[in-house]
Amino acid sequence: MPVNEILTGLAAAVGPAGAEGSAARLAMELLGDYAPVCQDTLGSVIAELGDPDSDVHILLDAHIDEIGMIVTSVDDKGFLHIDRTGGADRRVLSGAEVIVIGKKRLPGVVCSTPPHLSSGDTSKVPEWDKLYVDIGCGAEKARDLVPPGSRIVVRSRPVHLLGDRIAGKSLDNRAGAAALIRTVELLQSDIHRLPCRLSVLLSVQEEVGGQGAATASFAIEPTQSIAVDVGFGTQPGAPAEQTCDLGKGTMIGASPTLDRSITMKLRDLAEEHHIPWQHDIMGGTTGTNADNIAVSRGGVRTGLLSIPLRNMHTAAEVVDLKDIESTARLLAEFVRAGGAK
Amino acid sequence: MLNNLEILSNLPGVSGREEQVREYILEQITPLADKITVDACGSVIALKKGARAPEHRLMISAHMDEVGLIITRIMSNGLLRFDTVGGIDPRVLAGRTVLCGDQRIPGVIGMLPVHLSKGDTKGKCPKAEEMTIDIGADSADEVKKLLAPGDVCVFDTTFEQIGDGMLKGKALDDRAGCAVLIELMKQELPYDTYFVFCTMEEVGLRGAKCAAFTVDPHYALVIEATTAADIAGVDEDHQVCHVGGGAVVGFMDRRTIYDRELYLKALEIGRTKGISVQTKQAVAGGNDAGAIQTTRGGVRTLAISLPCRYLHAPAALISEIDLLAVSELTLEMARELLESK
Repeated sequence: MPVNEILTGLAAAVGPAGAEGSAARLAMELLGDYAPVCQDTLGSVIAELGDPDSDVHILLDAHIDEIGMIVTSVDDKGFLHIDRTGGADRRVLSGAEVIVIGKKRLPGVVCSTPPHLSSGDTSKVPEWDKLYVDIGCGAEKARDLVPPGSRIVVRSRPVHLLGDRIAGKSLDNRAGAAALIRTVELLQSDIHRLPCRLSVLLSVQEEVGGQGAATASFAIEPTQSIAVDVGFGTQPGAPAEQTCDLGKGTMIGASPTLDRSITMKLRDLAEEHHIPWQHDIMGGTTGTNADNIAVSRGGVRTGLLSIPLRNMHTAAEVVDLKDIESTARLLAEFVRAGGAK
Repeated sequence: MLNNLEILSNLPGVSGREEQVREYILEQITPLADKITVDACGSVIALKKGARAPEHRLMISAHMDEVGLIITRIMSNGLLRFDTVGGIDPRVLAGRTVLCGDQRIPGVIGMLPVHLSKGDTKGKCPKAEEMTIDIGADSADEVKKLLAPGDVCVFDTTFEQIGDGMLKGKALDDRAGCAVLIELMKQELPYDTYFVFCTMEEVGLRGAKCAAFTVDPHYALVIEATTAADIAGVDEDHQVCHVGGGAVVGFMDRRTIYDRELYLKALEIGRTKGISVQTKQAVAGGNDAGAIQTTRGGVRTLAISLPCRYLHAPAALISEIDLLAVSELTLEMARELLESK
């Protein structure tokens, strides 16, 4: 399947942290074309490939969950009171269309300040306890359809921008998930002669602390691992030293908490195979699943690849398909090489 | 009426660029009207003959235009600067998808990730002029093949019935009014009546001013959408009117002190004919009535409005029963005004 179809399919799926159901099911279907897949206790999707007897066991991880909101109560007029799950950005929610995952999926709109009540200071963004969702129902029906704890995601159809750019919600980290599925696809011709055991993990709950990757990596017990996530793309206002250009290649992470031999191996392979790549340098932990995987059990040598993304944690996230492709190519070469020495 | 409203809501028609809406309306009303002209401002003036010629001329109007964005500058990095056309709170813009220019090129309005936002900007929304639209281009040259400064953009919102008899869409202000006018024109009318579909309401009531001069009416009924702030977090004093409460008539807004006799007549008709009519309980907003009332030697004017939540935002909500109430009240008002004198 072309990578743009993998990505737009995954980005259209609904799967906030802790309720990854439909996104995880779609990921299972897509991975299931290439390898046996299962779901673990928390719901993470795991595919097993390669040589089960190899001493080298590589884990490739990308999280499948997305940021979202959670219904805390339904008021007497049927409006939903909400809080965030994960790092949802309240600056981009007023007036947004949402999907409420109640007893069934319900379309809704986040209330926005009526014009006559706008004090003139339009920079002031409502706090979470002043953000509400309107599903167009009275209290009785709303309470019946939407029990507290129901999840909400912003509704935004993935759109093709110019060239290879895709915009939409949850590209953090469906872009990473698409890269892993594409990696497995690229490995198909060598699937029976891989020099290692390979586990592909699409983990849950990254946006609320990385519980999915922590538990799955414990169970999988890999000898080395690469986490794949999104990184900051260049955009107005973003510091140049913390961002990478869209379309210029996968971001190879380097940080004190990442395994240096894996970082160097990734750089060497990218050069050797003419895969476009960029530096992603961090001074400590990475804010990704790599942080949890690296300290799983007695420790796992872990690297990080990121896909540059604009407008992180909004419904207007933008990625370039070329970066997903270069990420997948580099991961495939890493697996073919049997990982880092 | 709902079918027309759905089509009208989905059509683009930012102020000054109402042509697609006008074309659709002309298509619908040509078989219904006895005489149609399009004036120099682009407004449609249609005369529908009734059973009798009235002593006094009545004009019923709605505006075709909607709020939107206008591209002001193409930046060297391929992003687009824009200004708002009509009053749009910048807080409903960040993170939204818009369709740009005649080719409806999709683009997204970015927001610096909250992770990279420093200090108090984390809880603040930038001004519209500080935002950009990203259509996936990396250079101005790429953009210039497709778009130019002055091209306009609309929200990427699809009309939909949601909740309990609610209608969601962009531009319901005032395509709902346009749909009501088309519906009225389908009926056998007691008296000759002018139906006017105005341009450029959102940028200063400009189309209505000129069309009213041309029609030279004695009475005018302005069919509009007005803000309903009956939402969570707004106290009773500031709710203005209620969705589901019927047609809204007002005594005064920021542009007009309405003809008291017409205002009282509307309330009386509501009582005697069993049509739901509510009073606009705030002096807020303004509409074409302000321009029409002061045309030539003055016109006796009343606005009959639909309560509308989230107007001037990507996804507005109105209620189907209010739409019917507005339609019925307008028809009865027209009859009484022309009969009574």
